[in-house]
Amino acid sequence: MYSNEKLQEISTQVRRDILRMVCKAKSGHPGGSMSSTDILTALYFNVMKHDPATWTRDGKGQDMFILSAGHMTPVYYSVLSRAGYFPVEELGTFRTFGARLQGHPSIRKGLPGVFQASGSLGQGLSAACGLALGKKMDKDDNRVWCLCGDGESEEGQIWEAGMFAVFHKLDNLVAMTDWNGKQIDGPVSEVSGEGDLAAKWEAWGWNVIVAEGHDFDSIQQAFELAKAGKGSGKPTMILFKTEMGHGVDFMAGTHKWHGSVPKPEQLEDALKQLGETSLGDF
Amino acid sequence: MKKYIDTGKKDTRSGFGVGLLEAGKADARVVALTADLKGSLKMDAFAAEFPERFIQCGIAEANMVGAAAGLAITGKVPFIGSFAEFVTGRVYDQVRQEVAYGKTNVKIASSHAGITLGEDGATHQTMEDIALMRALPEMVVINPCDFNQTKNATIAAAKYVGPVYLRFGRPSVPNFTPENEEFVIGKAQVMNEGKDVTIVACGHLVWEALQAAEILEAEGICAEVINMATIKPLDEETLLTSAVKTKAVVVAEEHNMAGGLGEAVAGVFARALPTPVEFVNGKDLFGQTGTPSALMEAYGLDAQHIAAAARKVITRK
Repeated sequence: MYSNEKLQEISTQVRRDILRMVCKAKSGHPGGSMSSTDILTALYFNVMKHDPATWTRDGKGQDMFILSAGHMTPVYYSVLSRAGYFPVEELGTFRTFGARLQGHPSIRKGLPGVFQASGSLGQGLSAACGLALGKKMDKDDNRVWCLCGDGESEEGQIWEAGMFAVFHKLDNLVAMTDWNGKQIDGPVSEVSGEGDLAAKWEAWGWNVIVAEGHDFDSIQQAFELAKAGKGSGKPTMILFKTEMGHGVDFMAGTHKWHGSVPKPEQLEDALKQLGETSLGDF
Repeated sequence: MKKYIDTGKKDTRSGFGVGLLEAGKADARVVALTADLKGSLKMDAFAAEFPERFIQCGIAEANMVGAAAGLAITGKVPFIGSFAEFVTGRVYDQVRQEVAYGKTNVKIASSHAGITLGEDGATHQTMEDIALMRALPEMVVINPCDFNQTKNATIAAAKYVGPVYLRFGRPSVPNFTPENEEFVIGKAQVMNEGKDVTIVACGHLVWEALQAAEILEAEGICAEVINMATIKPLDEETLLTSAVKTKAVVVAEEHNMAGGLGEAVAGVFARALPTPVEFVNGKDLFGQTGTPSALMEAYGLDAQHIAAAARKVITRK
């Protein structure tokens, strides 16, 4: 179990990785990556049962994870590499021709840790339902985790999956929403009528947990509650209240950094704000 | 010419149902999913035999595709079943991302394809599905000709590793192929050898093509009939071998003129052996309400129209 201090150090390094990756590639999605950094760091380093050394795509005997909001590859790849799935140096190949680190997750380049392609929004939760059902059929006692975006949850398929998971009693499924309130065109409240996600997931029959997505105590508590949901016959949704661009003052709390790349002087400023870590840059 | 006996009309979707049950008995990894069309897809027997391997998804096809992909990743062999329109056009992006690009071992069981769905009309009569599925990299596309071949193709699809689109229909059509003939994906069958014209067909139009060959035989025209049940990957060798001999080709399918078997076959000849080709298909039209036989005649898909296309293409040699 990593301490909050250690998790914070990893998170800081992951945010450095995110910014350096998108700046090197001159493309990518830093905003949502930075809002879900603390969630994914805690998940991969303290919560999920997984072993990069014995990873296989079928996920037998291990927990599985689907990044439904597939554009958040910078945080995903950074966390996977920092957790030991592939060399940290490979982060420098993000979005380049021939790279295993495709713009959105792909299973076609042999990148360890990725179970399914994603990026066309709204689809990952359905795949996660299939994984969870497969584990139940196989009497594999491990869990399936899935991260969605709140903007992504405007897709109707998310709600189809929400119905399916309850009907098939997928209590080995834990979905998470990076509830940062922002999407490409602006605040979610100004783009759609999505409304109260907690009430909606409760109405579908899910165990719903609301947590602070940048507070490791709150994150850890939410994960423990979610794990306790197994046996309840209900899937669990953790709504993590987060901030897009969290960790860098000029990026925080605005939709403008959803898919924008900092200029070199902005990167320098951002890295100074984050500070260096003992883990070192790629 | 070689005689084929209709052993009694049967619907091809029931062939799928029998094949699914057999595949399920042979391999415990086989699971079946449907979106509220268990009866229409003839999955009842499988669901009764293997209730824990039958997954009802409700009327939510997009989620069904994704759930099947997830099941496939864990090692299952999922068959998803619905009407052709609802497992292709309605969920094209899901099939593209989760099944084709995601390289998951999902089998798409596509029933009620084409205008012979009949009375429901154009909303349910897809004539575009082969084009959509053909365009996806690595997708295998199969349209068997009768009950027996649909059963055998279902068993072959379960054994094949990779995405398969398996198309069949609602109405009862002649059943004339052997009951237990192994279906080889990617291998065409020469149903009748001929020298004057090649008729290439898929689905139940293979029977119409054989009827057309009998009409032509009475006129002294000897037609070679090829059952191209696998549309992708296409058996180019069988096509070229036949056309070298006959120098004229007709392609018949219950599908829109765009992107179906016709264009696939024409592409082979344009590239490798320029040959006149005539097309029997649904042109660029939507379907409409009617009995299957009335629609087959109205849209020009029956034996008479195939024979007419053969006469025409022979004049173009």
